[in-house]
Amino acid sequence: MSLVLVAEDEPAIATSLEFLLRKSGYDTCLARDGDAALALAHARRPQLIVLDLMLPRRNGIDVCRALRADPRHAMLKVLMLTARGGTADIDSGLAAGVNSYLVKPFSTQELLAQVAQLLAPGSVVHDGDESRE
Amino acid sequence: MLQGWVIVCASFAYIGFLFAIAYRADKRADQGRSLISTPYVYALSLGVYATAWTFYGSVGRAASDGVGFLPIYIGPTLMMILWWFVVRKMIRVSKINRLTSLADFVASRYGKSALLGSLVTIIAVVGILPYISLQLKAISTSFQILLQYPDIVMPQKIGTANVLNDTAFYIAFFLAMFTIAFGTRQLDVAERHEGMVAAIAFESLVKLIAFLAVGVYVTFFMFNGPADIFSQAMARPELAVLATPFGGAAGNYVSWIWLTILSMLAILFLPRQFQIAVVENVDEKHLNKAVWLFPLYMLAINLFVLPIAFGGLLHFPDGRVNADTFVLTLPMSERQEWLALLVFIGGLSAATGMVIVETIALSTMVCNDLVMPPLLRFTRARYMQHEPLANLLLDIRRAAIIGILMLGYFYYLLAGEAYALVSIGLISFAAVAQFAPAVIGGLYWRNGTRAGALAGLSIGFLVWGYTLMMPAFAQSGWASISLIDQGPFGIELLKPLQLFGLKGLDQTSHAMIWSMLANVSAYVLVSLLSRQSAAERIQATLFVDVLSQTGERTGFWRGTASAVSLQTLVGRFLGPARAADLFDTYARSRGVAVAEELDADARLVRFAEIQLAGAIGASSARAMVSSVVQEEPLGVDEVMAIIDEASQAIAYSQKLEEKQAELEAATRDLRNANEQLKALDRLKDDFISTVTHELRTPLTSIRAFSEILHDNPDLAVEERARFLGILVKESERLTRLINQVLDLAKLESGAAEWQNVTLDLREIVDAAVNATSQLFKAKNVHLDVALPTASAPVAADRDRLMQVMLNLLSNSIKFCEPGQGRVAITVSQDAESVRVDVRDNGVGIAKADQKLIFEKFRQVGDTLTEKPPGTGLGLAICRQIIGHFGGRLWVESELAQGATFSFSLPVTHLAAD
Repeated sequence: MSLVLVAEDEPAIATSLEFLLRKSGYDTCLARDGDAALALAHARRPQLIVLDLMLPRRNGIDVCRALRADPRHAMLKVLMLTARGGTADIDSGLAAGVNSYLVKPFSTQELLAQVAQLLAPGSVVHDGDESRE
Repeated sequence: MLQGWVIVCASFAYIGFLFAIAYRADKRADQGRSLISTPYVYALSLGVYATAWTFYGSVGRAASDGVGFLPIYIGPTLMMILWWFVVRKMIRVSKINRLTSLADFVASRYGKSALLGSLVTIIAVVGILPYISLQLKAISTSFQILLQYPDIVMPQKIGTANVLNDTAFYIAFFLAMFTIAFGTRQLDVAERHEGMVAAIAFESLVKLIAFLAVGVYVTFFMFNGPADIFSQAMARPELAVLATPFGGAAGNYVSWIWLTILSMLAILFLPRQFQIAVVENVDEKHLNKAVWLFPLYMLAINLFVLPIAFGGLLHFPDGRVNADTFVLTLPMSERQEWLALLVFIGGLSAATGMVIVETIALSTMVCNDLVMPPLLRFTRARYMQHEPLANLLLDIRRAAIIGILMLGYFYYLLAGEAYALVSIGLISFAAVAQFAPAVIGGLYWRNGTRAGALAGLSIGFLVWGYTLMMPAFAQSGWASISLIDQGPFGIELLKPLQLFGLKGLDQTSHAMIWSMLANVSAYVLVSLLSRQSAAERIQATLFVDVLSQTGERTGFWRGTASAVSLQTLVGRFLGPARAADLFDTYARSRGVAVAEELDADARLVRFAEIQLAGAIGASSARAMVSSVVQEEPLGVDEVMAIIDEASQAIAYSQKLEEKQAELEAATRDLRNANEQLKALDRLKDDFISTVTHELRTPLTSIRAFSEILHDNPDLAVEERARFLGILVKESERLTRLINQVLDLAKLESGAAEWQNVTLDLREIVDAAVNATSQLFKAKNVHLDVALPTASAPVAADRDRLMQVMLNLLSNSIKFCEPGQGRVAITVSQDAESVRVDVRDNGVGIAKADQKLIFEKFRQVGDTLTEKPPGTGLGLAICRQIIGHFGGRLWVESELAQGATFSFSLPVTHLAAD
């Protein structure tokens, strides 16, 4: 069973994410800020991280960069959530090694579809900056 | 010992030496290496002011009036202060228009009026005759006295001598010859005479040296220094009185003032001073040094006047020796023959310098402004075919020189004996002072008219003649003395020396008061009542604005002419070779190879006219040029139209300049505004992006839970209730956020409505406490409220102030630990403000964050705990509101020590109802 790390500081959104992922059969764990997200990633070795961009302490981009710099997380997929929707945020996210992203408010079905796709066997492993060019 | 021939030979040798200097200076000038182009020569040549009057007469005056001789030298010294303004302007005008004399100057200023030129010339000639006679008298007297050496014999009365035996006659004759040689030697009748100026400067040096030599001899060799002379003089009551100002016979302070004014005007308007200071000036910049060098010269030449006067009075106590001759007779009585000869040469220098320059100046006037205009008018056709006229011009000037000196001699015969040297000179000073209103007015007052100048000059001249000239004749026996004693036809009021009953003044002051009064009034009144012709208006502007004009004036001229005919015309007066030279130079300056190809445009016509003006004067030049130019007559209306056009163009360009400046300022403003807009735009983008983010957050929860509820109809009841609860809370959050964003936008844009009334702040605090009491209870936070007994009146909008209080209170609850929270509200007041403090014992705010919390969407909280609820806009809104009421909102806090939010508002002194 795949483990999904939810990194989200808004309690209501975190609750909804965890509910949706569990309902679809994934295990979840929750981090409320960037540092906690990194610590949990090291400790629990999730297959996927649903990462909010605007996290306290360490924002989503920094978390993603740190993960990508760590060979232990080579197989980790990152799904970025952003509330701004600006192309600048998306570009910097992709540059940092994000596999996919969703703009808040997102469709729950879209979220689950993306999670399923990212976790499917044979899904494209992260290959750096060119992933969405 | 001193034979007549020795004196005569010495005199001729001296004059010969002067010629050598003049010759050398002319040569150098031709080579373009001017000898006189230095301020020192300029200042020395101005010393031509000091004539035989100064050389002999000052001592005479001092012997009768004491320091009364001084105003004649104080005046020019004072005038030097004004010189920089007045003379500089005169020089500029004269150079631009090539004006050759004072008459030319006045004529040119008032529309190139030939009539005015003639009038000025007549006044100048008649007025200066006494002055020339003074020089003749001085030379002949000193010659006759020196001839008697070593005896001191005053010369006999001139009336008894035959003209042909009269020294003065021969002196006049020789002076005429010298002057002709000095002034009309050149073939080229240019207005400037470098050789003469050099000679005059040398003469100034000689007379100064001679006078100082006598002064030193008398003071230090005949007496034991100035102290000795003065103490001997003071011992005699009749001499002691001379040493005090206003103490002498005619020396009251009114005559001091008038003599000073008179000599101030004389230094400007004596024809020879105008000639040297203006016409012969090489470089305007020489004025800078001359304004202190010349007064220095005046001081030096007056240094020994009083010692010599007192020395003479002490040495010749019997009054047998005329005081005017002390300078000469003192060394003679001591048998200092060489010193006496030096004095004679010094006196000769003073007299010849004056006569030469004065006569040249007058002869130029007579030729250009008196003889040429009618000559050209009546015989134009004939002279146009005549041989070159340069020789004619020179002949006229030579005749004028002889005529003027002979007239001076006759004046000497008629009136010379009746007056002392100084009194004769003053008559001339008063005459030339009559030019002052027309010239100074002409330089500074645009509206002075030709008619005004004519009226002023005529009446001033008439009054001068009546009050000064006629009495001089009468006292010499050439007019009835009863005229002076009883007035014409026995009318007392018209007595020339007490006109309209004005008594108690010396003759000169009396004449000056009446003549200047009449002159100035007539000039001003007639100018105001008459209209300027087009030509006058043009000239007036040209003169008055000369210092602000740049570049060449093309003038208002329409017509047709040919370059060849203009050159021929100029050649008639200046000689064909010189004319060809001038025109070729001009052609080259215009970028044309030969003069024949020049366009005969307004500039060329003006060039020709100016060249002619240098030779024959402005009005004659005008007449001559118009004879070869088919000039289309310009009516007054047309010229006015041109002037109006010009002034419109000036006004238009001024407007353009203003517009340009406005545009530049506007551009600057726009650029600044643009920068501000860009900054605002960035701020707005940030704000919108932040707002979007803040809005998306509750929306995300709302959408997610709506979809969850929709897609999972089989949810457990408790879970469903929990999700619905989240939905409601997030919807409320969204609503609050939207409201606060709109509220802030309204506050920031100034669109918010305020209903300011005078409030008691205690009531607001009470109301806010009541409204939040449930919250305090819910979180179990203790609240203390301390209100003053007196009312705390402020002017504010009730709802807005309430909003601030509620925000601060809910914030304080928010950050308190449930159960342990304490919040205290204090209201205090001083003379100027009312202050509210809301103090809590919550988590506190780090120093670094204390500024941030007032910014939009900045929330600070312990991130390990839950994010603080709220929008992040509350404090920003509060600060806006308090700021609007003229107050201040701030926070004091330490981390973990609680926080105190305070605001103060200005107290209103209108007590609440």
